[in-house]
Amino acid sequence: MNATIKPMITLEEICTEAENFRLSNPNIGDKIVSDIYANAEAIARPAITKKISEKRSWDHRLDDILTSRLFGYPIMLLLLSAIFWITITGANIPSEMIANTLFAFQDQLLTWFEMTGAPDWLTGVLVLGMYRGLAWVVAVMLPPMAIFFPLFTLLEDLGYLPRVAFNLDNMFKRCHACGKQILTMCMGFGCNAAGVISCRIIDSPRERLIAILTNNFVPCNGRFPTLIAIATIFVGGMFISELQTAVAAVVITCLVMLGILVTFAVSWALSHTILQGEASSLVLELPPYRKPQLGPIFYRSLIDRTIFVLKRAVIMAAPAGAITWILANTYIGEISIIGHLAAWLQPLGYAIGLDGFILLAFILGLPANEIVVPILLMSYLSTGQMMDFDSLEELRNILISHNWTWLTAICTMLFCLLHWPCTTTLLSAYKETGSKKWTFLTFMIPTAIAFIVCFLVAQSTRLLNLV
Amino acid sequence: MTNANTEEHRKILREHFGITTSQGQFTVALAGNPNVGKSTVFNALTGLHQHTGNWPGKTVDNAQGNFTYLDRSFLMVDLPGTYSILAHTVEEQVARDFICFGKPDATLVVLDATCLERNLNLALQVMEITPKIIVCVNLMDEAEKKNIKIDISALQKELGVPVIATAARNGKGLDDLRQGLYEMSTGSCIAVPRQIKYSPEVENAIQQLMPNISRLIGPNLNPRWVALRLLDGDQTFIKSITHYLDLNLHLTGLQEVAV
Repeated sequence: MNATIKPMITLEEICTEAENFRLSNPNIGDKIVSDIYANAEAIARPAITKKISEKRSWDHRLDDILTSRLFGYPIMLLLLSAIFWITITGANIPSEMIANTLFAFQDQLLTWFEMTGAPDWLTGVLVLGMYRGLAWVVAVMLPPMAIFFPLFTLLEDLGYLPRVAFNLDNMFKRCHACGKQILTMCMGFGCNAAGVISCRIIDSPRERLIAILTNNFVPCNGRFPTLIAIATIFVGGMFISELQTAVAAVVITCLVMLGILVTFAVSWALSHTILQGEASSLVLELPPYRKPQLGPIFYRSLIDRTIFVLKRAVIMAAPAGAITWILANTYIGEISIIGHLAAWLQPLGYAIGLDGFILLAFILGLPANEIVVPILLMSYLSTGQMMDFDSLEELRNILISHNWTWLTAICTMLFCLLHWPCTTTLLSAYKETGSKKWTFLTFMIPTAIAFIVCFLVAQSTRLLNLV
Repeated sequence: MTNANTEEHRKILREHFGITTSQGQFTVALAGNPNVGKSTVFNALTGLHQHTGNWPGKTVDNAQGNFTYLDRSFLMVDLPGTYSILAHTVEEQVARDFICFGKPDATLVVLDATCLERNLNLALQVMEITPKIIVCVNLMDEAEKKNIKIDISALQKELGVPVIATAARNGKGLDDLRQGLYEMSTGSCIAVPRQIKYSPEVENAIQQLMPNISRLIGPNLNPRWVALRLLDGDQTFIKSITHYLDLNLHLTGLQEVAV
């Protein structure tokens, strides 16, 4: 037979052939896109003449620096540390002022309650529980937020955030995730629930799931005050006072970096296990740098963000304060309920460098991370000596009198950074994924990582007799 | 050859894109980056004869409007504003599928004169799919304010397709647009769009894939462009092409005799 029978080619076969090309040249997709751009440039250049191009070249030169391989990352880090430094320095004084005012009012409230002859338990629940929880949340959260959010919004308004996405796109691609994930992470700095919802901007369902599952590794605004407070009084406290805030800012920056590293690691692990797939390429517009509009910046950051987050925290803190007070003041035998719970959690807490009370505070703080420290203080204070926490110095004394070491501080910060997301975030994750399985993983992955990391840090430190 | 009168084309538009054209009516797709004044052009051309809805099965807005020029009726379909049609987003997929499989009689790509270079990417991508394309360089007034001058005739020569300068907000250039769309739709103007030149390794892969693709898809699509999408590993495109061309991924029954 001379004629050979050749089967009609199928789309599947062509796809396989194309797939082989892609395997032998994995960057071919990028190559295609960059070729399109090169063609567009070649066509446009001779057709366009600009008389005054100085302003534009200024833009371009700035972009060359901000998105360069050499300076891109250092500048990002520098800006991030600067923001934290300004936040910590600026928040100290107003925080103290607000705390003084609010706790002075607490004493006033107590005398009023005494005058009306209210029963002790009512005074306890309302003033020592609810009001004190609220006062703490407002005093500790409001000043950093009122500084952090406008600064962050300023960067957003200047047009810097898209450059951050541009810089990090390559890293995300290496983890087989989407570059837009960094934008959802930026949102997560404000609130992880909002961050999870913002994952909608990622179109690939696989990459969207990765972004949702890892969003929690960016410390949200509810966790920042905890981190800032501990970093300032514990880590910063080991240095001379001039250096304290700077050291605290560096510590916070390192923690944020660690969170980002964990995000990369988990994204990589996910896209090589249960969420396998290639990264899709991303077309990102670098908008022109704009002169920031101060009015809208303040409105957006103070009203839309600060007040919104504070409202949520207050709504959560009031009942949580009341419940904690009840738990701390209801005695079974010699010890309060909270004491029993903490004692029960103590071995587990100790193993990961915390104690039973800290772990309990994190567990009770599940509805909102903001209230972890107030709960912790309330339960510490209910165990004996009564102290007022007018300032960060007082807070330091309370913690040290409860056997805090620098290891406790480090492990608490690590646990705070890595632990489970709050219920609002979990609820958002459930709504966005529509699946109990993924919601469960959104809870489980951070929890497991938090326990493992803290366990390793605590055990190795103790083995080496560093504490 | 125009599509306007074939019953089959009208059926595809109706069934796959939810677009109903009247007999003899031309279909014009309107594409462009976000914020280039695409809607201004759309409103200026169609006036109040519009209606909006969703693309079938997608949560993407779809606006249609019609206008009449030289006694011919045109249905203009406003595609979502996108930077490219490489189908990274649902919007890009919608725009690509309509230009590629909806086979409009003309595709009008609106570009921003103040950032022409970036906008050209979309025009070049559309030019790979269809030769029935008109490029509209809009916001000429803003470009003038920024001291940017654009040599329209040079651009037209480079691209090989009609290029029309407009300032749609001031109503400038709209008549030229209508005229251009008329000529493109009726087939009295035939464009030969410049094709993107790729790097040698890409071109090489295209050349190897193209013969088989041509054999498979026939004259319906530009085989070069299909090869590029497959090289790009675009899964949504494989789905779309299977869906619209009624090809089956596992079609193995057919055989052809080669000598």
